[in-house]
Amino acid sequence: MNPTDAVSRIREKFGVGPAVDGATVTAVVPIERWREAADWAKSTLGCRYFNWLSAIDWKTDGLEVVCRIENLDRGLVVMLRTRLVAGETRCPSLVPVYRGADWMERECYDMFGVVFDGHPDLRRILLSQDWEGYPLRKDYAVDTPHAPYR
Amino acid sequence: MEVKPPVPQIPAPVWGDIKDLQEWEKYRQQRTEGDQTSNTLASLADAIHHMPGGWIVVTTTEKIFNWARSSSIWPVTFGLACCAIEMMATFASRFDVERFGMVPWASPRHSDLMIVSGTVTIKMAPMLKRIYDQMPDPKWVVSMGSCANSGGPFRHGYHVVKGVDRVVPVDVYVPGCPPTPDSLMYGLLRLQDQVAEFQKSGRKPAPTQEG
Repeated sequence: MNPTDAVSRIREKFGVGPAVDGATVTAVVPIERWREAADWAKSTLGCRYFNWLSAIDWKTDGLEVVCRIENLDRGLVVMLRTRLVAGETRCPSLVPVYRGADWMERECYDMFGVVFDGHPDLRRILLSQDWEGYPLRKDYAVDTPHAPYR
Repeated sequence: MEVKPPVPQIPAPVWGDIKDLQEWEKYRQQRTEGDQTSNTLASLADAIHHMPGGWIVVTTTEKIFNWARSSSIWPVTFGLACCAIEMMATFASRFDVERFGMVPWASPRHSDLMIVSGTVTIKMAPMLKRIYDQMPDPKWVVSMGSCANSGGPFRHGYHVVKGVDRVVPVDVYVPGCPPTPDSLMYGLLRLQDQVAEFQKSGRKPAPTQEG
């Protein structure tokens, strides 16, 4: 399974044209097929290694969830991206597919406020539990008061 | 596909479920403000001071006490970030603050000094306050490095306390990022000068509660 094969397989399955950069294949999938895409990439493309998951805040264009999964045997890297509509924070969880997505999704929830449906234990991981707001969102003011130490 | 619930981890809120800490918090809330013992001693010293010729006794004993205090300042072992490395270097044999009577002590109960060495995050600040509260009066605080002084390079971050003096009262600020052992040692010597001038009671102004 080399990147070219992966591109044709992804195009065939999801009807999107993935971008290729070296061994990295970047595919934008709709939010409804997010978990299906990860499951399919794991079983079909052999991407059994879940590297990381994060999000991007595109301000008025909503949040984008990005994850990187790899086939370590073949050196194939698949970047999965999905866009949440503006104001939407719910996204299907990848924990049923990749157990390692647990803490990454918790961090993503902590920093961006993306609520992962189907996550077994979704709560803050780095910040304290009483934290208000999501710091890595673009509209978060860094001077948000946090009593009594600020 | 079945999602298994994870192995139970430490439940949130963490501190609420630990019995010792609950008891400590209860005790802390019941305790009257200030140090009663040193207040009594202070009023006794005042009475002696106002007797004829009594000031000689008072000033002499105070000098002796302050000499003892300033030559056995025990800093609590409390390293927060990279400044702690420099602090360890200061404690180690090359710089050797033990010749000034400073023994890094691994318990706040026996310590006189807290060297805040590093970035204080908002999550860490309550723990820092707790350690400070556990130290017996009289106690001093050295704020070491830019982060502890003002927040330093992380001042505009979302999670950093902008200066440890928002949490505990600070006596000596040591600038630097991180300060060299020489700087810290200079700060500790200045602190010794300050302790040598220490007056009677162990009372200090409480940190201002903002927000």
